[in-house]
Amino acid sequence: MSAASSPQQVAMMADATARLEFRDPARGAALEEALGRHARALGRSPVSIMHVCGSHEQAIARFGLRAAFPPELDVMMGPGCPVCVTDVPEVDEAVALALQGVRIATYGDMLRVPGTAKSLADIRAEGARVDVVYGVIQAVELARATSEPLVFFASGFETTAVATAAVLRADPPPNFSVLSAHKYIPPVMEIVAEMPGSKIEGFLAAGHAASITGWGVFERFVERHRIPVVVAGFEPLDILAGLVRLVELIGAGTPTVENMFPRCVTREGNREAQRALWEVFEMQGGRWRGIAHVPNGNLRLRDEYAAWDARRRFDIDLDALVGDTPPALVAQCQCGDIMAGIASPHDCELFGKDCTPASPVGACMVSSEGTCKIWHRYGGHPDLRQIRRRA
Amino acid sequence: MRNPRFVGETITMEYGAGGSAMRALIEQVFATGFGAVPGGIGLPQMDDGAAIPIGDQFLVITSDSHVVKPVFFPGGDIGRLAVCGTVNDLAMMGATTPLALTCAAILEDGFRRDKLERIWASIRTACSEAGTTIVTGDTKVMGRGELDGIALSTTGIALAPRVVTDCGLQVGDVILVTGTMADHGLAILATRAELALETALASDVAPINGLVRAALAAGGADIVAMKDPTRGGLASALHEMADKSGVGIVLQERQVPVREEARAVSELLGIDPLLVANEGKAVIGVRRASAEAVLAALRSHPLGRDAAIVGECTSERRGSVIVETGFGRRLLGEAEGELQPRIC
Repeated sequence: MSAASSPQQVAMMADATARLEFRDPARGAALEEALGRHARALGRSPVSIMHVCGSHEQAIARFGLRAAFPPELDVMMGPGCPVCVTDVPEVDEAVALALQGVRIATYGDMLRVPGTAKSLADIRAEGARVDVVYGVIQAVELARATSEPLVFFASGFETTAVATAAVLRADPPPNFSVLSAHKYIPPVMEIVAEMPGSKIEGFLAAGHAASITGWGVFERFVERHRIPVVVAGFEPLDILAGLVRLVELIGAGTPTVENMFPRCVTREGNREAQRALWEVFEMQGGRWRGIAHVPNGNLRLRDEYAAWDARRRFDIDLDALVGDTPPALVAQCQCGDIMAGIASPHDCELFGKDCTPASPVGACMVSSEGTCKIWHRYGGHPDLRQIRRRA
Repeated sequence: MRNPRFVGETITMEYGAGGSAMRALIEQVFATGFGAVPGGIGLPQMDDGAAIPIGDQFLVITSDSHVVKPVFFPGGDIGRLAVCGTVNDLAMMGATTPLALTCAAILEDGFRRDKLERIWASIRTACSEAGTTIVTGDTKVMGRGELDGIALSTTGIALAPRVVTDCGLQVGDVILVTGTMADHGLAILATRAELALETALASDVAPINGLVRAALAAGGADIVAMKDPTRGGLASALHEMADKSGVGIVLQERQVPVREEARAVSELLGIDPLLVANEGKAVIGVRRASAEAVLAALRSHPLGRDAAIVGECTSERRGSVIVETGFGRRLLGEAEGELQPRIC
C-alpha cells in the first residue's frame, strides 16, 4: 500500500518503525491522508461504506476515527450487534419460559432487550429466575449444580455460536438446553445490499468472525452484488488500512474480497470450528429485529441435538403474553433504520433524551455492541470533523 | 448543567458513582433550600468544599465519608483514604495547610480491635504526612449485618488567603495533571476476587497538600481552577470544570500519564482509565504564561514526578471535553452508573 507520500510522512513512518509502537499516530496520519486522497479521487460524495460489527464501531468511536475520515466518506454500522437483532418473538420465548417457572441463564446484555412488553430484567424484578453468565460454560456449570431444567438463552454471531456448539458436543448435562437466538452474518449482508435505495458501495467485514468462517465465505457475495468486501481487524490502524483498501477497490471498479487481517484470518478459516458449528447448527430463515426476514440468517439446533433444544423440549406458552402492548415510546424508536444503515442515532428524537443506557427504549441502546450505546458512551456526537485539528 | 435528569423514586448505586446521577441528586435533594454563602462558596457551587469569608481570609471546610471495600487494599487502607480525601479536598480549594480534622467512626459489632489499631496507625501516619491532626471524633457501633465492617467520616478545616474554585477556566488556559491516572480504582478493582487478577498495582492514595502548595507558590494567581479526579476519574473532573467554567477542553489523550501496568489492566477489563478514580492526584488549570513554571514545580516534588500538561481550553464546544486520541477526535463520555461501587 502506498499510504505515505510526502517526505515528512515517510520520515515519520521511519521514526515510528524505530519505536515499534503498535498504536502509532504517525502511521495513522499517513493512512488518513491516503484515505482522503483515494476518497477525493472517486469524485463523488457521499461514498457509503458499511461495517457489520459492534467491535468495529467501538474502535471507530473510541479512537474518534470518524473525525479523521474524509468528508466524502460515510462509514456506518449495519446489523452488527447480535443482541440488537434478536427479535421480539425470541425475547418473548425466553420471557414466556421464565414465566412458566423455567430457570434461564443468559448474557448480561440480553437481560434488558425488550420483548413485546417485557424484558428478562423486568420479569426478574418480579421474581422470575434469570441468571447472568459470562459464557455458555458458566451456564453449563449452573446446570450441573442442580437437577432442575436450565435453559441457556444464546445470542451471538457465528463466533459465539461456535462456543455454544462446542459445549453441546461435549456431553452437557441432561437438564441443560439451549434457546438459540444465534445469527449468521453473511446472509444479512445480502439483504442490506439489496434493500431498495441502498447506497452501500463497500463492506468492511469483521476480522474475528472471518477468523472462523475464512474470508472465502464472502466471495459469492462479491460475485453476486459486485460490491467489494475487505476483512479488517480492530486496532485503529487495522480499520484505517482496511478502509484505504476498500476505497481503492471502489475506485478501481474491481470488486473482490481482500484480507487486511492476515495475522488472524485465512481464506479457509478455522475448519475445526466450522465443523463444530455446522454439526450442531443449521441455517434457517427468520426475522432480524428492525431489519427484515433474513433467509438463512438464524442458527438453529439440528435434529441430532433436539434433546438440548429448548424449543423442542418445552411447550413455550406465548399465549401468556397475548394482550401485552409495547410502551408508547417504542413506536418512535429508530433502531431498525439505524441497523439497516438508513438512519443514524442523530436522526432519532429519543437518542440521549428519552433513550439512554440507564433507561433504554430500543435494543441499540441496551447492548454494548449497539450503535446507540456506543455513540452515547463516547460522548454522543462522534462526528467532530468540523473542529479544527490542533498540532 | 449538561444532561439534566431527574432523580427516581429510589436511590440506587448509580447515585453514589460521582457522575451525572449524583450531581442530580445533590441538586434536587441535598442542596435544595440552602442558599449561597455571601462572598464565599457554599452548596450551590457544588465545589470540593465550602469557603466562608472571615476578615481578609477564608475558612475552608469540607466533609467526606468512606466505605471502601476491601478496608485494606494495596497501597493503603480506609484510614489513609479518609485523611487524604479530606486534606486533598481542602487543597483543591487552595487551602493547603489544614488546621485540623475530625474523624467519626461507625463500626460493626464484631469488628476486630487489631484491625482498628492498624487503621488508626495509618491515620496517624497520613496526618503527619499532611501536617495536620485529628482534634475530635465520634464513635457508633451497629449490629452485625447492619454495616459492612467500618465506615469513617471526616471533616477538615483550613484558612486560605485566596480560594481556588473548579470554575475559573478561560479559553487558552492549560490543563495539567499531577501524576499517573487510574491507579487507585484499578488497584481496588484488581483485589476483587471474581477477577482473579495478580498485579503489582497500588493505590496512589496520598495527601497532596504539599504538592499543591508547591504549585501555588510557582503559579500564584495564574492557577485558576483545581479539582481532584476521584470518583468518575479525570473524565468527571474535566466535565465539571468545563461545564462550570463555560469553556471547551481539548484533552490530548496520549499525553495523559498512565502506568504501563494500569494501561494493560484497563485494556483487559475494557475500562477507560480516564473514568477511573484517583486518590492522590489533582487536575490544575493554569494561565498559559505560568504553565511551564507550575509543571516544573510539580515535577520537582516527590508526588508530582509524572506531572504532565494534558490539554487546553477552547471556545469550541463549550461545556464539553474533546479527546484528541492521536488518530482522531471524540467527545469524552462520563461513567455511566456504577463502574465500581465502594472504591472510596
